[in-house]
Amino acid sequence: MNIFMMLAPMSVFLGLLGVAGFWWTLRHDQYDDPAGDAARILLDGDDDRPL
Amino acid sequence: MALIEELSSAPDHSAFLRPGAGGRPALELLVKGARCAGCMSKIERGTADLAGVAQARLNLTSGKLTVTFDDTAHADPGAVVRLLDRLGYPATPYDPGLACEASDREGRRLVLCLAVAAFGAMNTMMFSVPLWAGLFGQELGPATRVVMQWWCALVATPCVLFAGRPFFESAWRSLKARRANMDVPISIGVLLTLVISFSETLQHGRDAYFDAAVSLLFLLLIGRWLDHQLKLRARSAAGDLLALQAPAAVLIGPDGAERRTPLSEVQVGDLLIVRPGERVPVDGLVESGATELDNALLTGETMPVSLRPGEVCRAGALNLTGAIRLRALARSEDSAVAAIARLVEAGAQSRSKYVQLAERAAAIYVPVVHSAALATFLIGWAGGLGPREALLRAVAVLIITCPCALGLAVPAVQISASSRLFRRGVLLKSGAALERLAEVDHVVFDKTGVLTEGRPALIGAGGDEIALAARLARASLHPLAKALAAAAGPGPRADDVVETPGQGVEGAIDGRRARLGRAEFVGAGSAAALETELWFGFEGAPPVRFQFSDRLRPDAAQTIAQLKARGLAVSIISGDAASPVAAAAQAAGVNDWRACLTPVGKCAIVDDLQAKGARVLMVGDGLNDMGALARAHAAMAPGAALDASQNAADLVFSGDNLSAVVEAFDIARQARRLALQNFGFAAAYNLVAAPAAMLGLINPFLAALAMSGSSLAVTLNALRLRSRR
Repeated sequence: MNIFMMLAPMSVFLGLLGVAGFWWTLRHDQYDDPAGDAARILLDGDDDRPL
Repeated sequence: MALIEELSSAPDHSAFLRPGAGGRPALELLVKGARCAGCMSKIERGTADLAGVAQARLNLTSGKLTVTFDDTAHADPGAVVRLLDRLGYPATPYDPGLACEASDREGRRLVLCLAVAAFGAMNTMMFSVPLWAGLFGQELGPATRVVMQWWCALVATPCVLFAGRPFFESAWRSLKARRANMDVPISIGVLLTLVISFSETLQHGRDAYFDAAVSLLFLLLIGRWLDHQLKLRARSAAGDLLALQAPAAVLIGPDGAERRTPLSEVQVGDLLIVRPGERVPVDGLVESGATELDNALLTGETMPVSLRPGEVCRAGALNLTGAIRLRALARSEDSAVAAIARLVEAGAQSRSKYVQLAERAAAIYVPVVHSAALATFLIGWAGGLGPREALLRAVAVLIITCPCALGLAVPAVQISASSRLFRRGVLLKSGAALERLAEVDHVVFDKTGVLTEGRPALIGAGGDEIALAARLARASLHPLAKALAAAAGPGPRADDVVETPGQGVEGAIDGRRARLGRAEFVGAGSAAALETELWFGFEGAPPVRFQFSDRLRPDAAQTIAQLKARGLAVSIISGDAASPVAAAAQAAGVNDWRACLTPVGKCAIVDDLQAKGARVLMVGDGLNDMGALARAHAAMAPGAALDASQNAADLVFSGDNLSAVVEAFDIARQARRLALQNFGFAAAYNLVAAPAAMLGLINPFLAALAMSGSSLAVTLNALRLRSRR
């Protein structure tokens, strides 16, 4: 039971990390132009920040 | 006489500038045809190299180009549009408006809720699996069970409260308006489930449904998100009717100076100048100058109309050959274009009353489920169960019948139909449009630009004359000259070209004077001066005749035959003269046709048909069709149509194939069949599951299984639409 009480919060915490990461990508407009982002990597000398 | 230089003057787009990042003026353009990294780099670099442009950024997914200028004084939106045109990507400026931005925020919120619900569903499940095992006689002591249940509660409760907000808020709004939408039973079900689960956990019972509450929201949010995606696609597909009108008019002041004025400030009696290539801004009387007007989008007439001083021209017509001075006869909002815009508005209102399948299902579903749950509680209590046990059964009924399958049934079908249509080059603008299209039993076609290619093409003649005449033709905007130039392919222009409005062009080819135009202009005598022909001749030499006709689309006849084979009635309504309409109708195999119709006349015909009980699909492209497009039960427009007509239509098909109409109709019918199947499945599921819940046969494991199972079945059924054929 002790190991469970340690692992359960850890797994929930890792899940939360995932949600937080997703939230961050969402906040930074990373899903606004999937086709453009895929194409933009092929261009030279382009800044790769989403606008 | 109009000089060629004037042809290059383009409409003024400065009305579309708006303050962008850092207070600098920005322009948003909808760019057509950009598909790859190469296009993107060409467009962005080309635009950024223009004088006064600070930054250009293309969104390849939505096709929107945002151009930021250094300052207002040096901003020249016209230069950007001309450059894009030259690069081969036609662009329209548009006003993004607040609606689009707001809906984007709504979309993000849904995605975030979806992510939280997914996290909640997965992590609650981690603690639920031991609980389920306990239900089936595996070793699980009461102490461990309570610990697991508390863990479930800890993870699920915040997730439910966060991810459920879209439903709670919508339910609250609808309750305040004294109505009950689908979100009311969802919210009540979810919140009641949470409360009951807490009470069960506190009383060391076995029926805690934390996992059900959160996975329910997860499944429902998928449906909600798909629905939102469809709406978003619809909105970004819509253009702006005002983009069609010249956004500014050129006013001639009392001192003779020209001044650009916003359209809304033009008063009756103002003197305006309209150059070739511009659209007539308001209805007006010609004071001086002569030209030809392309009324195709206003009336559907194929041939340009010549215009002389003292005659009246309508707003929205395209000036082709010469500059004219106009005395404004109406203000912008009273002009012909604005009148058509009002027809569209009225049509859109009547169409918004359409009740979608899912709403109809919800109207039946909500009262039935709630009375069933209430009945379970009352009968259970009266029948000797304790209040706790009776309440548990009522909640089990609410959970098991919660409309996951129902909520997914329609959006899942519509999104797969929409992506299949998209692969065929048809853009669907709303889910409701698909349902309306499936109900259609009468198809009404416009002629010009829909059944026909909408532009004259050279027929018959051939030989060296084409190449020579094309040198003159390239200098003119006249549709016949353009057709001749297109038939000849790229080549040089003649020298010293002068265009006489309404007559033709004259210039020097290899040092010899030559003329291209009407019979009398070229000197062929007025033997048979048809509108659909051009004469070409060198000075002193006998002229040659070129004939043109607006060709029927190659698959028009076949498409109409296929529509008839599906039991649909077909008619043609056109603003063009009777003889070309009759010819096109005969060639296409349609007996029912009407010609010489005004935009209002087209609306009246569509209204009349619908009053007789027909459900009309209108297929049209011009401004004169817009009223009819907006009023018809469903509407389609070709991709070459005016942005404003595409706006009024439900579906837009690209490419030259009219057969897209048949395909779209077939897909709509299939989608309707699948949606009804899904409803049937959801009903059958509820017929089995609800009585089981009423009898208390449901435990948390079965609830989770039934819920995700039914949602999965409905989704897989919807996916069949993607793979068929």
